[in-house]
Amino acid sequence: MKYIDEFNDPELARRLLDDIRATVTRPWALMEVCGGQTHSIVRHGIDQLLPEQVELIHGPGCPVCVTPLDVIDKALEIASRPGVIFCSFGDMLRVPGTDRDLFRVKGEGGDVRVVYSPLDALELARRNPDREVVFFAIGFETTAPANAMAVHQARRLGLTNFSLLVSHVRVPPAVEAIMTAPECRVQAFLAAGHVCSVMGMAEYPALAERFRVPLVVTGFEPLDILEGIRRAVRQLERGEHRVENAYARAVREDGNPAAVSMIEEVFEVTDRNWRGIGPIPLSGWRLAEAFRAYDAECRFDVTDIRTEEPAECRAGEVLQGLIKPIECAAFGTTCTPRSPLGATMVSSEGACAAYYLYRRMNDPAAKAMGAAREEMNPVA
Amino acid sequence: MGHGGGGALSAELMEQVFAPAYGNPTLAALADSAVLELGGTRLAFSTDGYVVRPLFFPGGSLGDLAVNGTVNDLAMSGARPAYLSAAFVLEEGVQLSVVERIARAMGTAAEAAGVVVATGDTKVVESGHGDGVYVTTAGVGLVPAGVDIRPQRARPGDAVIVSGPIGLHGVAIMSVREGLEFGVEIASDTAPLADLVAAMLAVTPDIHVLRDPTRGGLGASLNEIARASGTGVRLRERAIPVPDAVANACGFLGLDPLYVANEGRLVAFVPPSAADEVLAAMRAHPQGAGATLIGECVAEHPGMVVVSTGLGGTRVLDLPLGEQLPRIC
Repeated sequence: MKYIDEFNDPELARRLLDDIRATVTRPWALMEVCGGQTHSIVRHGIDQLLPEQVELIHGPGCPVCVTPLDVIDKALEIASRPGVIFCSFGDMLRVPGTDRDLFRVKGEGGDVRVVYSPLDALELARRNPDREVVFFAIGFETTAPANAMAVHQARRLGLTNFSLLVSHVRVPPAVEAIMTAPECRVQAFLAAGHVCSVMGMAEYPALAERFRVPLVVTGFEPLDILEGIRRAVRQLERGEHRVENAYARAVREDGNPAAVSMIEEVFEVTDRNWRGIGPIPLSGWRLAEAFRAYDAECRFDVTDIRTEEPAECRAGEVLQGLIKPIECAAFGTTCTPRSPLGATMVSSEGACAAYYLYRRMNDPAAKAMGAAREEMNPVA
Repeated sequence: MGHGGGGALSAELMEQVFAPAYGNPTLAALADSAVLELGGTRLAFSTDGYVVRPLFFPGGSLGDLAVNGTVNDLAMSGARPAYLSAAFVLEEGVQLSVVERIARAMGTAAEAAGVVVATGDTKVVESGHGDGVYVTTAGVGLVPAGVDIRPQRARPGDAVIVSGPIGLHGVAIMSVREGLEFGVEIASDTAPLADLVAAMLAVTPDIHVLRDPTRGGLGASLNEIARASGTGVRLRERAIPVPDAVANACGFLGLDPLYVANEGRLVAFVPPSAADEVLAAMRAHPQGAGATLIGECVAEHPGMVVVSTGLGGTRVLDLPLGEQLPRIC
């Protein structure tokens, strides 16, 4: 894959790392907001290659991880009902609700289907007029336009058997919540490039100014991430706090106006609960009044949901960057991808999953891994 | 569903349910095929059920898989496959022309692999109780004298070789099953590998391990070998041949190509002294033209597969839990 290989070139990576090493004079804590970036960092071992002074803190940007437990439980309840086809992206299926997950519901006879796009769910609704088709509409600004488009299309086609279970969240209020938390250590942000490719960068200068933090819009390939880190460290060393775009090949200043107008037509801003974090004002979207008929929460009576989080799960602290996954006592013992306590262990963007999959440091082989790393690592 | 994905859940099912029920040393070896002493000869014996949607896909069909899959399981013991059985489970209402196409594909594949379909069975289940056609094949083959190929024989120092580009079969199936288009047509790699194995054994009978990385992909196969032998495996990520189209499709879906299924590839653990010659013999064979040295077997991190990334970091390549799931964004 030549195009991607260009962003994974060891020689260019070495130069960026040399530059970071030459720039940094004291410790800095940077947060990558997006779970996709977290996985790229751990998968490629980027955190192992950085100078000690540069600490990466993993942020809350995994949509699967932050979908609140009560919404998961509502999904499980709706998916269990006869006559319902419940559609979801694959990575929601293993996320634990209070007492089961969507895989269990499917195994018990629920019609749960993995789709690749909300438009696939819409097509299912068209072909199954006698069934209720519900799409689990979660995600950040990246998935909202397609979900809005699906609702728009449903109305245009006159479909009355299609609805969304919505739990959309927005990144900028989350950045604000992290920075106002008393225990916050974050000194700069690697902002999620794909979110900005939709929404643009207009919301960020005020945040950079208010909290005096550099915000560098960053992509997902290894060199993208190293370049984002390089620019953030350079600003920190110079005492600057600007918004910079290090992902110009995908992000325009004003984002994608057509996608934004689709979101604004179908959704309205609302307060949202983030799993493990709690309520964040104005941090989500719900269907606007004109589209409320497509709201699965209104269509199915699922208001009487009681939830219970496992007491020993510290996913919330992981999501806020307060601890690393391996600092949780349950990590790799009572909490594994096989029997997860929280969503961060099973989501394909979850920080705990990244550490479990790629960096099981509490494993007896960790020492050997460390030795192997020193031996194999040409740039550290 | 996860228990059929070729990952950790499949292994659990084998270890916790089937092995205790039938318990015997041959089964406990957990190889692709069992090697049995019978009347003074060593036979490899294997069986596999084939369930695939759709029945026909770019590069092959259920029929090709049902022959090549079992031929390859036999070949992974170093055997020359000889005879197959074929059992069909047909869903009521399936078109006869569909069954004919599958049977013809099996005939052609058997001829290409040099095996004879010597016996069979047919059952019909009610409409709604199957995916059209399921096929189970079993096979036997002769293991040449002096050949002892099994996962437990991996040794530190062994060269780890893969016979060609990985991930093509899994992505081909996804492209047609889910209606996804990836810009270029991706054809399954399904192929018989016994002839390639014979060419490798002609260089040295001392091949330690062979495995065809089907469900669970290269990642699952290497983990199984590491666990069975109690050695470690170290891979160089940039050496692993992942075709552009597979990398693109996997990037789009959030899947790791190292866990995507293959049907015409093998991974070999070869003593270092013979590695260059085996590699050359593989490359001279049509099924091994893309053979590549991807890493080695090590004494460190026993039972674990570790990948050195393109940038110089390292990561664990674990046994997948079950099927990979496409991500949200």
